[in-house]
Amino acid sequence: MLISRRNTVAWAMGTVAAMFAVTGALAQDGPIRIGSITTLEGPFATGGQDAYRAMEMAFEAIDYTIGGRQIEWIRESSNATPDVALARARKLIEQDEVDIIIGPLSGAEGIALRDYSRTLEGKTIVNGSSGAADTTLRDPSPNFFRFNTEGTQWMAGLGTYAYEEMGSRHVALVAADYAFPYAQVFGFMHEYCELGGAVTKLWSPLNTTDFSSIIAQFPSDVDAVVLIQGGTDALAFLTQYAEVGGDLPIIGGSITADQTLLSARGPHQSLMEGMVAAGPIADLNEDPNWQDFVARYRERWGSEGFDSPSIHAVNYYTNTIAVIQALEEVGGDLSDNQAAFQAALAAAEFTAPTGANVALDHNRQAISDIFLTRIVNDGGTMRTEAFGRTPNVSQTLGMDQDAFMALGSPSRDNPDCPPAR
Amino acid sequence: MGFAGRAEEENVSLQFILTVTLNGLTLASLYFIVASGFSLIFGLMRTVNMAHGSLYMVGAYVGFAVYDPLYASDVWASHAWLIGIAAGILAAALVGLFMQVALLGWMQGQELRQALVTIGLSIIIADQLLALFGGNPFRFFTPELLFGPTELPVIGRYPIFRLFQVVLAVAVGIGLWLLLNKTKLGIVVRAGVDDRQMLAACGVNVPLVAATVFALGAGLAGLGGVIGATAQPMALGVDARFLLMSLVVVIVGGMGSIGGTALGALLIGLAEQWGQVLFPTYSVILTFVIMATVLAVWPQGLLGRKPT
Repeated sequence: MLISRRNTVAWAMGTVAAMFAVTGALAQDGPIRIGSITTLEGPFATGGQDAYRAMEMAFEAIDYTIGGRQIEWIRESSNATPDVALARARKLIEQDEVDIIIGPLSGAEGIALRDYSRTLEGKTIVNGSSGAADTTLRDPSPNFFRFNTEGTQWMAGLGTYAYEEMGSRHVALVAADYAFPYAQVFGFMHEYCELGGAVTKLWSPLNTTDFSSIIAQFPSDVDAVVLIQGGTDALAFLTQYAEVGGDLPIIGGSITADQTLLSARGPHQSLMEGMVAAGPIADLNEDPNWQDFVARYRERWGSEGFDSPSIHAVNYYTNTIAVIQALEEVGGDLSDNQAAFQAALAAAEFTAPTGANVALDHNRQAISDIFLTRIVNDGGTMRTEAFGRTPNVSQTLGMDQDAFMALGSPSRDNPDCPPAR
Repeated sequence: MGFAGRAEEENVSLQFILTVTLNGLTLASLYFIVASGFSLIFGLMRTVNMAHGSLYMVGAYVGFAVYDPLYASDVWASHAWLIGIAAGILAAALVGLFMQVALLGWMQGQELRQALVTIGLSIIIADQLLALFGGNPFRFFTPELLFGPTELPVIGRYPIFRLFQVVLAVAVGIGLWLLLNKTKLGIVVRAGVDDRQMLAACGVNVPLVAATVFALGAGLAGLGGVIGATAQPMALGVDARFLLMSLVVVIVGGMGSIGGTALGALLIGLAEQWGQVLFPTYSVILTFVIMATVLAVWPQGLLGRKPT
């Protein structure tokens, strides 16, 4: 056979081009690879476990297929520190070659992955449950989406309730000294201080076990305690407060009344009953969407799961169904650097398992409903019950973005409304 | 700073100063109970035991496993806490005994080896506790008799249990002092610290003595575990905290001195509570500032013996 040199080159190039076309088509028909990161290690391990239960339910509901394409789910774990979350995200993108990452769980991790998402082309990161405000508020990334609300939003309505319904005028605020509580404190004080309330702030390092000297600092004229602590810290505070015979009403943060606190028996229970708080979920919520979700959760997980799905389960579920719906809308098409998929995500509007409507703002941050909750003794089991609802809370709490930004970033000293002397 | 704004105000009253100081004292009591066991093992016997925090945790977890079903039953509820304490001490002492006899005894004097072995053990123990008991935090309920506040002069209402911690720590301290200074075992132990070979040549069964002291130290960690888990919630991860605390207390106080351990615990307990009040954000550092200062000025610790 006589083939000229030029022809050979042309033929070879043609073959290579054809091969690319074939693999390109294969990638479009092959499985959609979704990676996820949650905390199966460290302080939030039980919450992370629950997050994966919810994700599993979301994928099982569609039988791991979208538009005829299989979904391949690759699970990773972090320990709630940003550097580990980042390393696992890199592993998912570079080694497992996933198209989409769902995660992470904790605040600082979220900011790390937001920054990482900016360096990626044709990949999308959808938040899991992390709730730091700045992840989407300041310096947002075009391919980072968050369908759950965050720490500041979660407090919507609580400051007003404390001032107007409880008649509180001066609270002692006991909060852990890091980014997430800053956001929560900001959300509470934004309303409470505006109305004229005074706040004495008492910060404690995360993992404080002895609050006795903080309790000793309560001014004598406070009429309520705002407790922005989670897990064992909240349990330690309430027990020690009960032990000195404290009897002021307690107002909680969004992660204060979690399963750690609700399921533990002990003297803190007398203080806890009736504790009001605000957040994206409540155990007892008459909305049929929630009733249905809880029923499915209990049926699927039985005694292996919690008594009621946790906040992390709900957040991961909400973000996962956003991804699934957007993928269904574009028929699993992730070509063109996921342009169509990302557009579908940005325009998504749906109902979360709590019954709240979810839509995104221009920073790809959820606008959704926030519940006022109260701890009730539900036949021997402590549960949170929704008794109020603030609809469509935006990240700027209904303010114009520029005016809201002018209030400054939440911190130890911002906002501030100390008692008058 | 949260405090500076209020410094001149109502809060800095005598009552406030006394309350925070008493808080420091009661916290120091818990630290002393745990660290005194560490002082016996590390300070006296010079066995490096990086698993002391794990022994603390073993005491709390096993104690709770025994306590919880008893507390739920009607008959035993009133004694559940005491039985829990006994179970906690016993479990920690047995684990300690195993560590000394099976692993650490034959590597006496090889500090690096002991450190690595015990660090390994602490990781294994933490994972086993996670597998057996899960990751949920728990706590013991203060027995009826010790629950609630009592009226103190000037201070006002103060939790009885915290005062009980002080009483217990004093009892442990006196007990240990008597044991080491007034009994035959104490004489043998102190002799063993000075010259192990000569003691063995005198016909004393040195490994037996070492095992006894180790079990005693471990049992104290177990006691601390149950007391600690009654005062504060217990969760995985406290092992590192209490190991670090024990190290700091023993190093500050001086190796092998019960009085030194008490002084070290007092300093650290007070520093933690006052640090929390004066500069909450940086209070964690204060402990280490104290340790660094003491090491710079008195390398053998405040009450440690000068090397001969």
